[in-house]
Amino acid sequence: MSAPKTESVRKIGDTILKLENISLAFGGVKALTDISFDVREHEIRAIIGPNGAGKSSMLNVINGVYHPQQGTITFHGDVRHNMRPHDAASQGIARTFQNIALFKSMSVLDNIMTGRTLKMKANFIEQALWIGRARREEFAQRAKVEQVIDFLEIQHIRKTPVGRLPYGLQKRVELARALAAEPTLLLLDEPMAGMNVEEKQDMCRFILDVNEQYGTTIVLIEHDMGVVMDISDRVVVLDYGKKIGDGTPAEVRGNKAVIDAYLGVAH
Amino acid sequence: MTFFFEVLIGGLLSGVMYSLVALGFVLIYKASGVFNFAQGAMVFFAALTFVGLNELGIPFWLCVPATLAAMILLGLATEKFVLRPLVNQPQITLFMATIGLSFFIEGLAQLMWGANVRGLDLGIQDEPIQWISDATTMNVSKFDITAAGIAAVLVTVLAVFFSRTRIGRALRAVADDHQAALAVGIPLQQIWGIVWAVAGAVALVAGMLWGARNGVQFALTFVALKALPVLILGGFESIPGAIVGGLIIGASEKLAEVFLGPYVGGGIEGWFPYVLALLFLLVRPEGLFGEKIIRRI
Ligand SMILES: Nc1ncnc2c1ncn2[C@@H]1O[C@H](COP(=O)(O)OP(=O)(O)O)[C@@H](O)[C@H]1O
Ligand SMILES: [Mg+2]
Repeated sequence: MSAPKTESVRKIGDTILKLENISLAFGGVKALTDISFDVREHEIRAIIGPNGAGKSSMLNVINGVYHPQQGTITFHGDVRHNMRPHDAASQGIARTFQNIALFKSMSVLDNIMTGRTLKMKANFIEQALWIGRARREEFAQRAKVEQVIDFLEIQHIRKTPVGRLPYGLQKRVELARALAAEPTLLLLDEPMAGMNVEEKQDMCRFILDVNEQYGTTIVLIEHDMGVVMDISDRVVVLDYGKKIGDGTPAEVRGNKAVIDAYLGVAH
Repeated sequence: MTFFFEVLIGGLLSGVMYSLVALGFVLIYKASGVFNFAQGAMVFFAALTFVGLNELGIPFWLCVPATLAAMILLGLATEKFVLRPLVNQPQITLFMATIGLSFFIEGLAQLMWGANVRGLDLGIQDEPIQWISDATTMNVSKFDITAAGIAAVLVTVLAVFFSRTRIGRALRAVADDHQAALAVGIPLQQIWGIVWAVAGAVALVAGMLWGARNGVQFALTFVALKALPVLILGGFESIPGAIVGGLIIGASEKLAEVFLGPYVGGGIEGWFPYVLALLFLLVRPEGLFGEKIIRRI
């Protein structure tokens, strides 16, 4: 991460990610049906919807875990076909998972270091002998990681094995690992699920800070409507794999279909 | 008392060689969740290739890197042609594949080098070290000490490599969570390739040491079976577990043979480790160093 700027670098720009007519099915289950929306540079774009609506599937499509049967994905002007998660990572897409996916037996520091995998170039021999680039890189990357640790205020747990941390802190470590990759697009799958009010407030603040100070574009899945309305610029609403709303928080809040979906009407 | 220690030390030293074989299993299991039944066949392949090359007149010091290269190639090829096409298949499928693989590797080794039993002379005699005998009246084999030393160096090198480098960290990451490893850009297939190659190298060291001790013959493949109680004791995913497990099995089987054997008519060395492992399994199914298994309901 570069040094944080004091004034905001957040000025919503052009579309950087465009999803067109995405359909995804698992056998007979239609997880996503003909979904289109876009994400603009520097914005916080929320995806909301009831359980099973297809939100996580959408995120998995964006970073190449799932390949939709139909539709096109355009990222930075290039159309993607069957991109794999590794390619997504090398193009600057980082993510967190709904069910925390940390490396449980490793320390917080080592977990975050894995976020810098693609920045490290030393080959097998150099690493085996611990010479040349291997050594230099390890120290340089370590410095970057320390910045992320400071930013997210987790200095006190840096040597702790992740598996021993409480849930809320694990979520924060997972965010740290994603940030360590210095992503241009950050995908967050329910970063606040299962947190208490105070932890939620912290997480909100971190998400806003990342967005403001580094200009990172964020796609966010969240259940807490209050949070979504507070921090997102635009919202996509999914229900049963279909898009039922798209717009600013105020627009979405007034949308009849959305209100019905959330109140459980007409199902 | 001296006799007790003599047996104990002999057992610990042979245990190091069990650890070595178990280590090969652990590496692959940790990184890919595959229980590699072919580990024993790889040990056999390595020993036979080494002796075979040596018989062709290639000098000893050149046979080591040549066999090492062969083992690395074998490991990489296995990953690419056997495991990679089967990715995302159930564990039992992968296990069956490695059973098939073990027959293939055994056949290939014998096809290339013939099936007769050979000796492998590392130039280290299996005789007591004089000054230890003089000082303590204990007999400690020179061969056992050297073999244990070599194994210890190998294990240390691997441990340092896995704890301090990016590839090592990536390996541990892959072992913990595939999805997350992919998402941070860890090249899964490259890591698997490296693990198989390293397992091949470990098999070479094990093959040379076991081959020198017991002769290079088909029975070397059964060495892998001795690793099984070691794995149960140490846990399938723990490198320290493989080491400590090997030491315990080695020491306990020798002690059992010498001190319990006479009461039951001897010959208990062969099955004692399995009984020990079984008892242990009942008490601590996750192994010595495994995470306690807690089920959420
Ligand atoms: N890997 C999968 N295999 C089969 N079905 C899946 C898979 N992933 C998601 N689904 C199905 O797709 C639908 C949408 O799931 P998901 O995207 O997880 O919803 P959400 O995140 O909105 O709760 C669900 O019916 C779910 O069961
Ligand atoms: Mg979900």
